[in-house]
Amino acid sequence: MTATLGKSAKPSKLSKPSRSGKPAKPGRKSLPLHLILGVVGAVMGLPLLYAALSGFKSTDQLSRNPVGLPGPWVLSNYGDILGSGDFWRLVGNSTLIAVATTVLVVAVSALAAFSFARFAFRGRELLFTLFTMGLMFPFAVAALPLFLLLRSMGLLDNPLGVILPQAAFGLPMTIIILRGFFREIPGELEEAATVDGCGPLGFFWRVLLPMARPALGTVSVLAVVTSWNNFFLPLLVFTDSTWWTLPIGVQQFQGQYSADYARVFAYLVLAMVPALAFYSVAERQLVGGLTAGATKG
Amino acid sequence: MTSTFLPDKRTGPDVDVPPMSAGAAKGRARRRALHWLTAVAFQVPALVLFLVLVLLPILFALYAAFFRWGGFGMPSDYIGTDNFTRLFQDPVFLGDLWRCLVLVVLSVAVQLPFALAMAVLLNQRLRGRAVYRMLFFAPYVLSEAITGVLFSMIFAPDDGLADQLLGHVGLDGLGGEWFADPSMVMATLFLVMTWKYFGFHMMLYLAGLQSIPRELTEAALIDGANAWQRFRSVTLPLLAPTLRISVFLSVIGAIQLFDLVWVTTAGGPDHHSETMAVTMFQYGFKRYQVGYASAISVVMFGISLVFALAYQRFVLRRDLEGATTTMRGDAK
Repeated sequence: MTATLGKSAKPSKLSKPSRSGKPAKPGRKSLPLHLILGVVGAVMGLPLLYAALSGFKSTDQLSRNPVGLPGPWVLSNYGDILGSGDFWRLVGNSTLIAVATTVLVVAVSALAAFSFARFAFRGRELLFTLFTMGLMFPFAVAALPLFLLLRSMGLLDNPLGVILPQAAFGLPMTIIILRGFFREIPGELEEAATVDGCGPLGFFWRVLLPMARPALGTVSVLAVVTSWNNFFLPLLVFTDSTWWTLPIGVQQFQGQYSADYARVFAYLVLAMVPALAFYSVAERQLVGGLTAGATKG
Repeated sequence: MTSTFLPDKRTGPDVDVPPMSAGAAKGRARRRALHWLTAVAFQVPALVLFLVLVLLPILFALYAAFFRWGGFGMPSDYIGTDNFTRLFQDPVFLGDLWRCLVLVVLSVAVQLPFALAMAVLLNQRLRGRAVYRMLFFAPYVLSEAITGVLFSMIFAPDDGLADQLLGHVGLDGLGGEWFADPSMVMATLFLVMTWKYFGFHMMLYLAGLQSIPRELTEAALIDGANAWQRFRSVTLPLLAPTLRISVFLSVIGAIQLFDLVWVTTAGGPDHHSETMAVTMFQYGFKRYQVGYASAISVVMFGISLVFALAYQRFVLRRDLEGATTTMRGDAK
């Protein structure tokens, strides 16, 4: 616990060095820095702002007045989409698939990571290397045969056809992060639990998992975001629209309403909101998980 | 690591001897077998999932690549290495390789240095630092497909935001067809990739920068090193492990690039933005030349494997050595 607390506290704690590291930095000197950051920030934010504003215009208005503020503000684009069941079905599908993937990958990885972290057994390093090798292989490599496999298993147009492979491809990163965390939990605790009559499963369930809550949070956030944004696999697996997820829906919507720019912008913005909202709540876990995953992998 | 504090147990850096195995000599073999079974039982669910859905497909692609096969029934028309011979004479695939290289070079030469510069800026105490950090990283959490749709509209010829803005500031000459222009499509794609991904690399660098002990830069400051010298001789070398990992992730990302390209251009115009994954998709799912598409998968796999092994052997290895020595230093 202390280890992750220390880790997540680092950014704020260590942002201070520059104060004493660099001699007093008056506002005047940092003006060019603000200028650079402002320009970069504008370039980063402008596409999003433009999309959000364009959603409030009619397509006709958009072609007459592409860059200005909407006048009048048109609410029907957003309203129509939010009022239609289609959009909410996509949100529901994306949510269901993301949650199921996350539960599966975290549960299965936690068991494996526990074994890697707390047991010495023949073949351990070989097995661990096997999993870590999974990190290096792009999903695209396996896409085609995976599709054939899912077809022969009858899992096309079935959410399991996306959930199971997503969980499988999420294993390496999740196992690596959890193993690192489980190893930091002191051996004394395990001894104490054994003395108190806990078997390995009891120790795992009653001691290790509750202590590992921050790490479980981190890997869960990573799994949710990865699943939420996945495009390739749902594109292969879902041939009819019943189970489409948001990214597929956005692409289809653009194809369907290609002439109605404003409506597509509104759809885009609404499709981005859940991910951005999730990011704003779970920023720390997401960034912490990504940096931990990258440096430990 | 923790077990090093426990007495009379043989421990290496990554061997944790669990207390459960410490028992009487009698029945030790049985106990050890039980211990092994317990340990492996925890691995079974993960292993099954991994073997069936990750390893098996990759092995199957390796097999199917040697057949002429439409994807139905089992492959039977064995044609040896013909698919590979054809692949390396296919101008589109050779182009894919070239474009992959271009993206890697552009990332390493432009995107990553830019991310590093931003990380160094945001590592200082600045007003609004957290806001910038959040804004720069935000595109990373968006789906690549959704980002693609957004930018296909922003770079729409004439009507899109890009051309409109350039027109407003009198730079019409810089505008153009973007994704529809064979000579501009890769640059446009790279622009979008940078928008989406530089923030991620910046976050990695920020984490790396913050783990550099303050004492080192302070010592350099006392020795009279200026800002550039401190960056060049203290910060950069200490950041090297992070930089190497970020280069690694960039390359793996370029090899498997699909979503963004598929949504914006589908590889066009006339293959000018096609990537290996897009070519594979075209042959495997649109033209039903599954054997040939498998050969593309295999080559992608081979490139990733060779790159990953070579990188680990020659580049990342130093980091592991560094990590173990510092760990030992810390333990004291």
